This record gives sequence, C-alpha cells and structure tokens, in this order.
Amino acid sequence: METRTTSAMLYLDGVHVSFDGFHAINNLSLTIAPGEMRAIIGPNGAGKTTMMDIITGKTKPDEGDVLFDGSVDLTRLDETQIAELGIGRKFQKPTVFESQTVEDNLLLALNVDHRVRATLFWSESKSESEQIERVLETIRLQDSRGRLAGNLSHGQKQWLEIGMLLAQDPKLLLVDEPVAGMTDVETHQTAELLKEINKQKTVVVVEHDMTFVRELGVRVTCLHEGSVLAEGTLDQVSSNERVIEVYLGR
Amino acid sequence: MPISLFDYLRAALLAIFMTVGVAMPSMAGPFEDAVSQLANDSFSDTEAAVGLLAGGGNAQALPIISALQEGRLLADPATKSVFIKQGDGKFLNAATGAAVATAPASAAPVRLNNRLRRTVEAALGTLTLLSPDPAKRILAAQSAFKTRDAAALPAIDDALKKETVPAVKRAFAEARAATILFKADASDVDKIEAVGTLRAKGDQDALALLSGLSGLSQDVAGVATSAVNSIQSNLALWSIGQNAWYGLSLGSVLLLAAIGLAITFGVMGVINMAHGEMVMIGAYVTFVVQETIRTRYPGLFDYSLLIAVPLAFLVAGLIGVLIERCVIKFLYGRALETLLATWGISLILQQAVRTMFGPNNREVGNPSWMSGAFDIGQLSITYNRLWIFCFTLAVFAILLAMLRYTSLGLEMRAVTQNRRMAASMGIPTARVDALTFGLGSGIAGIAGVALSQIDNVSPNLGQTYIIDSFMVVVFGGVGNLWGTLVGAFTLGIANKFLEPVAGAVLGKIAILVLIILFIQKRPRGMFALKGRSVEA
Amino acid sequence: MTPHFLTRSLDRSATIFLMVVAAVGVLLPLSNLLFPAGSVLHVPTYLIALFGKYVCYALLALSIDLIWGYCGILSLGHGAFFALGGYAMGMYLMRQIGSRGVYGNPILPDFMVFLNYKALPWYWHGFDHFWFAALMVLLVPGLLAFAFGWLAFRSRVTGVYLSIITQAMTYALLLAFFRNDFGFGGNNGLTDFKDILGFNVQAQGTRAVLFMLSCLALAVGFLICRAIVTSKLGKVLIAVRDAESRTRFLGYRVESYKLFVFTVSACMAGVAGALYVPQVGIINPGEFAPGNSIEAVIWVAVGGRGTLVGAALGAVVVNYAKTVFTSGPLAPYWLFMLGALFVLVTLLLPKGIVGTFQAWWAPWRAQRMAVPVPGDKDVSAVKPHMAE
Repeated sequence: METRTTSAMLYLDGVHVSFDGFHAINNLSLTIAPGEMRAIIGPNGAGKTTMMDIITGKTKPDEGDVLFDGSVDLTRLDETQIAELGIGRKFQKPTVFESQTVEDNLLLALNVDHRVRATLFWSESKSESEQIERVLETIRLQDSRGRLAGNLSHGQKQWLEIGMLLAQDPKLLLVDEPVAGMTDVETHQTAELLKEINKQKTVVVVEHDMTFVRELGVRVTCLHEGSVLAEGTLDQVSSNERVIEVYLGR
Repeated sequence: MPISLFDYLRAALLAIFMTVGVAMPSMAGPFEDAVSQLANDSFSDTEAAVGLLAGGGNAQALPIISALQEGRLLADPATKSVFIKQGDGKFLNAATGAAVATAPASAAPVRLNNRLRRTVEAALGTLTLLSPDPAKRILAAQSAFKTRDAAALPAIDDALKKETVPAVKRAFAEARAATILFKADASDVDKIEAVGTLRAKGDQDALALLSGLSGLSQDVAGVATSAVNSIQSNLALWSIGQNAWYGLSLGSVLLLAAIGLAITFGVMGVINMAHGEMVMIGAYVTFVVQETIRTRYPGLFDYSLLIAVPLAFLVAGLIGVLIERCVIKFLYGRALETLLATWGISLILQQAVRTMFGPNNREVGNPSWMSGAFDIGQLSITYNRLWIFCFTLAVFAILLAMLRYTSLGLEMRAVTQNRRMAASMGIPTARVDALTFGLGSGIAGIAGVALSQIDNVSPNLGQTYIIDSFMVVVFGGVGNLWGTLVGAFTLGIANKFLEPVAGAVLGKIAILVLIILFIQKRPRGMFALKGRSVEA
Repeated sequence: MTPHFLTRSLDRSATIFLMVVAAVGVLLPLSNLLFPAGSVLHVPTYLIALFGKYVCYALLALSIDLIWGYCGILSLGHGAFFALGGYAMGMYLMRQIGSRGVYGNPILPDFMVFLNYKALPWYWHGFDHFWFAALMVLLVPGLLAFAFGWLAFRSRVTGVYLSIITQAMTYALLLAFFRNDFGFGGNNGLTDFKDILGFNVQAQGTRAVLFMLSCLALAVGFLICRAIVTSKLGKVLIAVRDAESRTRFLGYRVESYKLFVFTVSACMAGVAGALYVPQVGIINPGEFAPGNSIEAVIWVAVGGRGTLVGAALGAVVVNYAKTVFTSGPLAPYWLFMLGALFVLVTLLLPKGIVGTFQAWWAPWRAQRMAVPVPGDKDVSAVKPHMAE
C-alpha cells in the first residue's frame, strides 16, 4: 500500500481482538491527526493497553485496519519494524534497563543503525553524545547520568523512559500512564514536557489522572469494553451520561 | 502312597513277565510290542512305536507319548521295559500302568530328535482331539494345524463331526483345512474350500501356511494368492491397531509422568527437574511396600499396589512440599535458577536412593491381576498396560474434577491465569504454590507406582522419563490439562508408529526434532494461554 | 580487531586474568619440560593433561557465560557444541592412525573395519587434512547453533522453553551418536589416537604444547568475549537480558543479536572440545549427556555469571574439587556435594564468587576514587550484575 489513503497519522478502523473468546477490542475505530495530542481514558479492561499492543505490533488484530502515516499497514509488521518506522512507546509499568546507567539507557534508545554489525563496531560520535546531553537536560537527569537506572526513584524512571522516547526521535509517541506514582509537581512538569514534545510530534497519552488530562487540554477519547464510548473535549466527555456511569462515577 | 511289599512283588513279577514277553513277542499284543519298541534306542523304531501307539486306541498311549515329549520316558535296553517318571518322582510301568518303586539303574530317557518331536506332537494332537476338556481339544487342533499330518485327517473329521463348541469346531475346521492343503491327493474343490477357511482365520499362522504352499493347480493357487493378499491387508490393519494400542499405552505412561510437571509449570512457571526423581521415589515406595508384604503378610501381595498408591502420593508429595518450602520459594520469579536448583535436588535424591537401596535394579512384582495378556482379534493386550491406561485416565479425571470443583483447584486456576491479580484478590499464593508443588510431586509418585510395573526400578528410573515428560509439556502447552493429554497421546502414538519405520532410536530422534520444529510454530505449545497476562 | 577494541575491553581485572592465563600457559609447560622428574619445580605430565582439561572447560564456561550471563539465554545443551568440536578433532586424529590400527586398514578406522564398513562414509572425507578438521571444529557447532537459533529465536522461544529444547537437542544427538550405523564409533566413540600433525599425542612435548594452545585459546576466547560485551552490542545484549520486549520496541532486531552471540558461543565451545579431545585421548557419546551441559552451567553460576573471569574461575574451581573428591574416599558423596552446590549457589550466592566479590569491592573502590576520572565510563566492568 504505497498510496496514501488517509491524512491521519494513526488510523484504526473496525479493529477486533479476542483472547479465548474474550473480546478485548471490539470494533474500535480511532483517528489521530498529524501533530495532534490525544488523551485516552477509560476504566480498567477497556482495552487501552491492548490498543497500544496492536499499534506497536505486539498483538495482531483478528480483523480491522491499522494504518500509520496514511500508508503503512501496521498489522503486517513486527515490533522492531514498527519502532524503526518511528513509533515510540512508554509502558504502563516504567520499563528501563535497570542494570545499565542512565546514559547507556539513552544511548541504546538513540535512533541510529540498530543492526548487529553496527553495534559491534560502534564508537561514540560527537553528535550522539550531544543528543544524549540534550535529552538528559530535558528530563533533568544530568546529575544521575552515571547511576544505574534501577537505582532511580519511580518518577525518575518514568522520566528516563520518556527521555528514551525522545532519544528514539519517533514521529508518534504512545505514552501509557506517564504520571502514575508522581508527585503533583512532577505531574505538572510532565504535562509541560509532553506539551513541549507535542510541538514537533504526534502524541497519544493514556492516563487516569483527570487533573493531568485537564492540564494537557487536548481532545479526549473514552474507551469502554474495547470500543470508543465518547470523544471530544474533556468537558464534553466528562458530562457524557455513559462515561459518568461506567468510568467517572457520579 | 506307601510302597508295600506287595508292590515290590508285583513289580518283580511284571519285570519277569516283560522279559519273557520280549523274548517271545508273539505272546504279547500289538500295544505291548509298540511299547517295548521304544526301548530299542533307535529313532526309527521310536517313530514307528509312536505311530502304532497313536493309532492303537489304548488309554495308556497318551501318558506314554506325553512323557516321551517331556523327556520323562525312561527305557531299560536290557529288559526292554519302559517306565514313566511322574511328577512326584515315582515311576509307572508304561506297558501296564502299574506303579513301580524305582526304575532300573540302566534305564535312560528315550531320546528324541527334531523329526521325532514333530511326530510326537502330531500323535499327541490326534490323541487329545477327543479330550473332554475343550481347552485341550483346541490345543490339539492347533497342534494338528502345525503338523498337518495327513494320517490324522480321519481323526480330525471324526472329531469335527462330534464337536459342539463353536470355538473348538472352528479350530478343528482350520486344522482340517491346513491338513488338506498339504495332502497331495486332496481334490481342488476341497483345497479351495480349505483356502477359504484359512482366509477367514486371517492370522499370521494362516498367512505363513498359505504363502508356503507349493505344487498347487492353477485354480487353487489363484485362490490362495488372493487369500494371501486379503490376509496381508487385514493383518496390516490389525498391526495399525496394535501400534495404536502401544501408542496409547506409551501415551498413558507419558501422561502420568508429565501431568504433575504440567501442573507445577502451569501454576508456578517453574520446571521441576527433580520431577523424574519423584517418579523414582514412587517406584521405590512400591518396592518397600512389596518387601514388607512379602516378609510379613504374604497373603496381601495382590493388594500391594493399592497400598502403594496412596503411600507413594504422600511420600513424594511431602518431599515436594519440603522442596518448595526450602528452596523454590526463595527463587520465585527466577525460573532459570529454579531449573538449576531442582537439578541439584535431583542429583541429591538419586544419590540418596542409590546409597539406601544400591545402584542395581530392584525387583518389583506384578500382582496376579496385572499379569498375563489377552487377545482381541489379532491384538495382544497385556493386563499391566491396560490397567495403567485405565489408571492414568482415572487420575486425569480426578485431577480435572479437582481443578474444577475444589477451592484449591479454583485458586490454582486463578494463579495460573494471573498471579498478581490472584494475589491481590486475597488468594494465598504462597500456600497455593506449596500445595501445587506437593500435588504435582504426589502425582509423580503415583506415576512411579505404575511405572514400577513395566520398567526397571533403579535410581535412574526418573532420568529415562524426564526429557519425554518435558517434551509432552512443551508440546501440549501449559494452563490446560487437556493440552497435556493430547500432547502425551500424540507423542506416544507418533513414537510407536515411527518405531517400525525408523527403528526405536531414530524414531525417538525424529520425534525430538519434530518437537523442536513444532515449537517454532507454537512457541508455547498447542493449548497456550493467550492475552495480556502472558508476557512476551 | 582494532587497537580501539583492545583498549576498551581491557580493564584491570581483564588484564590480570590474561596475565595469569599467560603465566600459567608458559610456566607450567616449561617446568614440565625443563626440570627433571625429581625436582621440586617439576610439574608432572599427568598434571599438565589434567590442567589442560580444566582450561578447555574454562573456555566452555566462557562460551556459556557469554549467552547466559549477558543475554539471558540459558542453554542446557552447550555440551553438544563442545562434543561436536571434539568429534571433528577426533575424526582427524582417527584418520592419522592410518594403518597402525589393530586391523591395519590404511583408510578405515578400526571400528569401521569391525562393523564391516566397505568404504569411508562421505562425511569422513577431508578429515585427513588438519586444516579441514580445524575448519569443521568451528563450522559444525556454528552451523548447528545458527540453524537451531534461527528457528528458535525467530519464533521467540525464550526462557525455560528454550532451555528445555536445547536439552532435547543434545539428548537427540546423544541417542544418534550412540548408534553404530551413525558412523562415529557408537558407544565407544573415537579413541586410541596416535599422533597430531605428526607429533605423538602421548609425548610430553606434545602435551605441553597442547596445554599452551589451550591457554592461548582461552585468552583469545576471553578477548573476543570482552570485545563483545564492552561494545555497544554488549549493552544491547544486557538490554535483551533484562527487558527483551522493551529492546524490541526501541527498534532492535532481538533475534539477530541472540543468533549472533549464540553462534559465536557455539564456535567457542567447539574449539574447547577440539582441544579437549587430544588431551584426554577419547571422545564418546557420553559428552552429549544432558547432565554434562547442566554441570557446565553450574561452573558459570559458581564463578559468577555476567563476569567472564568468574565463569573461567568457576570451571576450574568446580572441576578441581571434582578431581579431588572423586579420587578420594569421599567419592560416594561427590554427587551430594554437586547437588548441594547447585542448590546453595542459586539460593545463597546468585552472583557467584566473582560477582559477590565485585559487589563488595565496588563501593570501596568508588570511595577511593572520590575524584571522578574523566573518560572512565566503563562502569560495566565493576558494577554488580542484577539477577534477571
């Protein structure tokens, strides 16, 4: 599929996934425009993480289309190919390489040649160290560059993982619960950071923290039982009767 | 029976009489002549004598010829008298049937050669055709089938007419057919009918007989060839059936050995390398139970396995719980290290058993109800394999019911599907782990009781099954006992069908290679759990 | 290998290790050859052969550590690659016997004459040349590992599943090599070797040279491993070990990395086997036994996985203990001790000897070097390696 069929950065249409009879994703359709930031909310089991799994190639949908950048069929690619295309993902549980230093974590994330031979004969270039420096500055971990990632605090790990996303330099960022376990100040800083990132990149954020979602001030999609329940501004969505019933509570 | 003076006297008298009789053959009847001929130490005389005895109709003929066949017939060449040595060590005079105290020192067993053995067998066949015991008649018919002595044909015909028991009648008919086919002057019509009878018999013997025919007319030969083909294809089907049974039997053994492993792997994500040793311990429990019974309560021997099963479950189960509490508990989440630690435990257990019971095979007996075999058509099924098969299915059914209907089963299923969720729902995962490990080990112990019936009980017993059990688990997938069932029987049957084609060892290698290839397609087995809880 | 590689891969403990290997590799053979049998400084020839065996085991342990310690692949079948390398060398040594065998057949080895072979099987051709055998020592284990790894890693067979199928692989080979008609001497394997490259394998001098070569191989193997683990590729391997799917989402083709180290590791194991065979004088199917492979893994665990020095040290320590105990009155208890070693090391000493020592040493060293040394980024050499 070389011809561009949609102007969207990410386009999901009629996606179904079931695990042993359980419909995790049920006729899910979603469109993210280039440069957009979208917040995804919804109760546990609504299919938020499974949706991310589908976009990043970890789970293959039973049916439906998943298109990236208007032309690439993501359902045919594996995780590595999708990452190489420029889709970065932050996991719900912060996942960094705990036995390596902060600096090495970023080095590994850099968007350079990922083939075996290139890494075997690699030596650090000036541009790479500059890029790492910039990211360290952005995520405020300059002083911890030599520390093992496993020794960082929870919030720092979240930031490091966001930093790895930045180093990866993707076109689309999928960010799963970035502020879980963060203090209010850290949450605020994270929102600022994501807004900053959004100036250049398309971002999809999954989050339960409504204050954080409000601070982002972007379009919101609420998922329930594997499909879209409501979409719009946060105010529109949070006044939706069904959303209040299944998610927000009265 | 005490030997009285009278007996001595009678024996002495008889001996004199016999001597006279030999000196004056005309004075004795044909039966006595035939008997004394046995003492001539000449194969041809013996053969003639057997022929005479078989056709003579004297009631003494059967014991004499049986004794001859079994080497219990002693002849004194000096006096030409013949004696039958009885089971209790006493002797009978063959000609008169009278008891004698002892055979003369010069009496030696009447010698046989191969040709003579066949004659003897044929003679016995005709003699027993009219035995009142149907089982003996069948044996007689079978022996007539093998000897195909045309001289016996009238006797067979006679017996066939009188016979009322269908099975015996069929045996007689088959014996008759075999005899007719080898009788040069039988008519083609008779022979074609005979071929029909053998075709219906349809076993390996009939096939051998029909394919060994020669000098037939074209008509008969044609019928015989088509009968051979029909029997061959029929036998091929039966051998598929036999292989399928062997496969099911091997599958049940594999299932029994693997099912405990599958449970612990499913619930705890831990492969217990010492699982084979639990099987071995179960087998040794059986040995100890049988030894105790042999020395103290010999009458209970037939119940030894019934006692051993719960005991083996308890012993192996307790050791399992102990291992879990002392070692595995501390390695949670480090599956590969658990592999190593349990391997170490397996070494210790093996060496401990070797120290206690010695490195050699220990004798474990089959109770009477597990010995022997029976036939269905051309299938031969041994009772021990059949019992193990049934036992395995019973264990499987009990386990399935346990997982479904007990609270431990529910907890185990919950932990299998999502450990963290189960823990946060208040399920005591540590207790579930210990019990699961105990259960898995206990079932391995039970498997050991079963395996002690078909395999050598030695410290290495577990090692011979462990890799196959791993293969079953890997092939069947975890989290679903049905996967283990299908995996075990698939591997068992595939193994037994590959064996005749490729040989036992190559067949096994082929299976291993196939599994290694299979796991590429389904990295988590046939019946793998899917969903978010399964980590990539 | 560029000089850059060398400077990067040689930190202090690596340098010390190489110096020890070099010293042992030179001094032991010299003392064996130069001093008369009665001298205090004389090392008897049987000890040279024994230590040679340990050095080969150390190389095998290094190869296992490379994949297990750094990439999280626990192979329970690495003995298979060791044995295949050994068989390749054994085949060369068999062909060198020529007509000196019991049956005096100039082409066929004794066991083939005994089993009524009419001609040499096709796969025995070429093994009369040393260069060919040496090539096969690398190629056969390497290709098997490549094919096996390609199938396994591509379909993401990981963890316990991978361990079990590697065990099945070596078990299948064990069964195959036990067969007489497989053409490798069946049960008895290959033995009664006469000479190697024209030198008598039994001779004192040959043994000394074989020992030196084993030490050289160990040193080269160590350098290759160091070069790999200190490169960026080494960081990727550790990333794969700690968080495989995360590494994938960063755009690394994990299966290619695993395949690369697995194959390199198998080749190293093959070389170890090839050097082992002329020193012990026999190779038989028993080397394929799954138990052997697992035992080799415990050497690595004892020494400290994820520390190359530890793997080599562990192999020597455990095998030395085995020699001492199995030859003494404690022989019946050796299996108890080995079993206990498996349990205790995994429970109490998960980092192994060297790993534990490093963890204890690192804070002290950090304190001593309070003034950070610019450019000294190679923390990986001393940092403790986390359990998975």
